[in-house]
Amino acid sequence: MLGSVADRQLFEPRTLRDALRMLDQEGPLVPMAGCTDLYVSLNFGTLTGTRFLNLWGLDELRSIAVADGLLSIGALCTYTDIMRSRAVRVRLPMLAAAAREVGGPQVQNRGTLGGNVANASPAGDTLPVLAAADAVIVAASSAGTRRIPFVEFYTGYRQTLLAANELIVAVEIPRIRGRQWFRKVGTRAAQAISKVVMAAIDDSGGDPPRIAVGSVGPTVLRVPSTEAALAAGAGIEEAQRTLLEEIAPIDDVRSTAEYRRRVAVNLLATFWKSRR
Amino acid sequence: MQFTLNGKRVRVDAHPMARLLDVLRESCGLTGTKEGCGEGECGACTVLIDRVPVNACLVPFAQVAKSHVTTIEGLRGRHPLQRAFAELGGAQCGICTPGMILAAVVLGPRPSTNAIKTGLAGNICRCTGYSAIYRSVQRAGAHARVRR
Repeated sequence: MLGSVADRQLFEPRTLRDALRMLDQEGPLVPMAGCTDLYVSLNFGTLTGTRFLNLWGLDELRSIAVADGLLSIGALCTYTDIMRSRAVRVRLPMLAAAAREVGGPQVQNRGTLGGNVANASPAGDTLPVLAAADAVIVAASSAGTRRIPFVEFYTGYRQTLLAANELIVAVEIPRIRGRQWFRKVGTRAAQAISKVVMAAIDDSGGDPPRIAVGSVGPTVLRVPSTEAALAAGAGIEEAQRTLLEEIAPIDDVRSTAEYRRRVAVNLLATFWKSRR
Repeated sequence: MQFTLNGKRVRVDAHPMARLLDVLRESCGLTGTKEGCGEGECGACTVLIDRVPVNACLVPFAQVAKSHVTTIEGLRGRHPLQRAFAELGGAQCGICTPGMILAAVVLGPRPSTNAIKTGLAGNICRCTGYSAIYRSVQRAGAHARVRR
């Protein structure tokens, strides 16, 4: 391991209230949960923080509940929790599908939904699902709780609206009527970070289709012009041209911009042609 | 800090942010847990926390407080999986083997080939081509059990 822990300090709250108080009084602190991203940076010596907040023990953030048509998933729910949840499989099957394709079982057993959101990688597997589903991020601070529409949550590459004294405590997803669709394209099925990842919901009862793509821009992207084109009856080629104007993939270690553009338009066609 | 290691209550003095992997190898002297990639890709450092497979390179020591940790040493060399891996060529160079076995131990008796492939998807082996590993898990499956 390149990074040393000797000079790092760990705060250990027993409750959410404790954690929020520590953020206020001892901040800034780096929150840590399943550590499946954080400890990769620690191991490689690229983690800059020295003061950390261990959230793993806060069981109050592990529930999955449905109330008034709203599915609420606690921030500390792991990918394994999500795959096993009947409520998720019934109401948000594309999230269960995304969870199944994160890393391998060891990562699925530790990595959390809140962590995937907070980590703010443009390649996060669950993020296109949350964007397409019009999810809402529930953020808490000692001053109270606020709700942030997921599509507004990211302000730039790895930048979010979350304040330094706030924690993501849950993700809420309204009822979805149309069929849900998810596809991740990477080097292999397990243990691969996506080259392109797409989540989509069919148009249903007058609602337009909803489409979100990851790994093709600085943040996960909803593609409203593509959605509108399809809703207005555009052909798939025209919708694909619109999609290319809405995404901005780059060349990086995992893929090239050209390949990503190609895969993104292919995924759009696969989704659209698979409608019932 | 107190936790249960291979069925025994232990008290270990280590930095709360130390990797569980380093605590096991250096503070507890259990070198059966191997470090491969150090980034959660290879599964060589797989151990069980409360019967759940995790990458020990990505777990801060603070997060195993009051938990049951099982390493390859906890199987005492007598687990049917260990015998099957040895007899059927499931182990070659051996670096991935402790992690493979601990990922396989939770699959329960008689896992399907699909369940084995999914269950071991987080464990990489560069020697065997996996077929011998899948055969070993199938052979041992009927007897698989784990001590906490």
